[in-house]
Amino acid sequence: MTTIVARRAASGLVEGPGRGRGWVRPLIYAVLVTLSLIWIVPILWAVATSLKPDAETTIAPVSWRGSTATLDAYRVALEQGNILKWYFNSLVTASVITAGTVVTASMAAFAFSRMRFQGRGLMQWMLLAGLIVPFQALIVPLFMQMKAFGLADSYWGIILPQLASPIAVLVYKRAFDAVPRELEESALVDGASMWRVYRLIWMPLSRATTAAVAIFTFVIAWNNFFWPFVVTSAGTLFTIPVGLATVQTSYGALYAQQMALAVLGALPLLIAFVLFQRQIVQGIANTGLKG
Amino acid sequence: MATAAESLSRAASRTRTRSARDPRSGRLALVFTGPFFVLFVAFLFWPVVSALWTSFFDDSLVGSATWAGLDNYRELVEDPNFWAAMWHTALFTILSVPPLVLLALGLALLVSRVTRMQWLFRLAFFAPYVLPVSVVVLIWNWMYQPGFGLINSYLTSLGFAEVNWLGQPGVAMVSAVIVTVWWTLGFNFVLFLAGLQEIPRELYEAAATDGAKPGQQLRRITLPLLSSTTLLVTTLQIIHSLKIFDQIYLLQLGTPGPENSTRVAIQYIYEAGFTQYRIGYASAMSFVFFLVIIAVALISMRLVRRAGTKTVVSP
Repeated sequence: MTTIVARRAASGLVEGPGRGRGWVRPLIYAVLVTLSLIWIVPILWAVATSLKPDAETTIAPVSWRGSTATLDAYRVALEQGNILKWYFNSLVTASVITAGTVVTASMAAFAFSRMRFQGRGLMQWMLLAGLIVPFQALIVPLFMQMKAFGLADSYWGIILPQLASPIAVLVYKRAFDAVPRELEESALVDGASMWRVYRLIWMPLSRATTAAVAIFTFVIAWNNFFWPFVVTSAGTLFTIPVGLATVQTSYGALYAQQMALAVLGALPLLIAFVLFQRQIVQGIANTGLKG
Repeated sequence: MATAAESLSRAASRTRTRSARDPRSGRLALVFTGPFFVLFVAFLFWPVVSALWTSFFDDSLVGSATWAGLDNYRELVEDPNFWAAMWHTALFTILSVPPLVLLALGLALLVSRVTRMQWLFRLAFFAPYVLPVSVVVLIWNWMYQPGFGLINSYLTSLGFAEVNWLGQPGVAMVSAVIVTVWWTLGFNFVLFLAGLQEIPRELYEAAATDGAKPGQQLRRITLPLLSSTTLLVTTLQIIHSLKIFDQIYLLQLGTPGPENSTRVAIQYIYEAGFTQYRIGYASAMSFVFFLVIIAVALISMRLVRRAGTKTVVSP
């Protein structure tokens, strides 16, 4: 017994206190701490810059602290910029995209998981094909199509092409497939319609899946740059990524203000990430690994 | 894993429900799948058809389109800018895939070995991934500045020469790769962590009991069992890197970069369509590029599937 424990400890891979040779563990920690510090330096530097008076950002040699810490850059950015409008546009479009994706994807997945119908095979094949269609490569025909529909430069123009998510359907289908049939059978025997079964049994049972799909969809929609950038030309429709893309050229060398806007642009999702870390990570593991 | 008995009874109940509900199922299924498939066909399927169709026309945003046959494709084959853009996309892919896969794998292996502060490391490496691309580019453009940019300041204070990160051909592409690695590494890192968690712990215990050293365990257990994840991450990363546009376009303020050295395929398509209004030509390029990505995706999916069946081990 003791030899096994000793060997396990020597392996460095088994959980428990005596894990790893004496110097291995400190070394791993040292490497990880160093790398993670390097990784967050750009973010810290942006925050540090945003707290300086603008005149002090371009003084050599660089220092991490200005003569005073000031929120001036934030005040100016909020007062003079359009970032509040951009927040609003991002919030509206990302929310509608999220709600629409959850509803359409879960309904389609319910049919795939629980019904047999003609064309099911073809539809599933199309679904898989949809996974690899590169949206970015089709930007020109897609834009012409939206223009023909009269939807360029509108919320719907931003929203509609982001609604059909084959990955969300597959994630829901996997969740639905794992639910035992007996639940549904008894409800159906009691005379409930399939619609009620979907709404009152399946959706409540899949709350965790819905949370993961919703959060993940929201983050992707909020961060989408290319499509809103292409389909909107009016500044009043800019989302956070599109609006902030104009900052670099329009703010010149006012780096404190630039960084204040960058921090403001980053904040909502960083907060969301800290709050929903588990769902976001799980969403990636699900969609990336098994989708 | 379902046992044989379970799956048998499930199959039985499936046939039962099928026969019980067949008459209504068809129309009902249409109601349930309808909303999704209308959107799917309109915004994913139709643009492909439309790209192909439009590519046979000499079409611009103004005036009417005239049939051009294969002219657009002929022009594309002889257009040095198109091939330069395809090459820049390939170069970005070649430069970005190895660090994004290997660094993510290395970090995941290290993080999976520690017990304390794991969440902190995860947070640090993954946090940049949730940032919008414009924020990432704002921060890095500031980091890369000559003179008072953080990187060049440290370089000069250590006695090195300044680097013209964004303005020098060759270097500009590397700078875009660095930004991309910093920004998106967390995604692959999380996939690797998830893959590592699926390796049964007993395997290591058994190996340790047999006296296998950590290095041997890594080579004989961890890496082989992780190989399907590794292939999958590599595949996703290749496809993702081929679609490069956002960060490179924004880092260069919408220009093709120093001596046109960073203009990538999607950027050239974008320029043809939206600044030169040559919709037909842009569509032809879109379609060619679309076929390239589909081909890469199909080939690598086949590889992943083959590797997946190879590494199924019963513990």
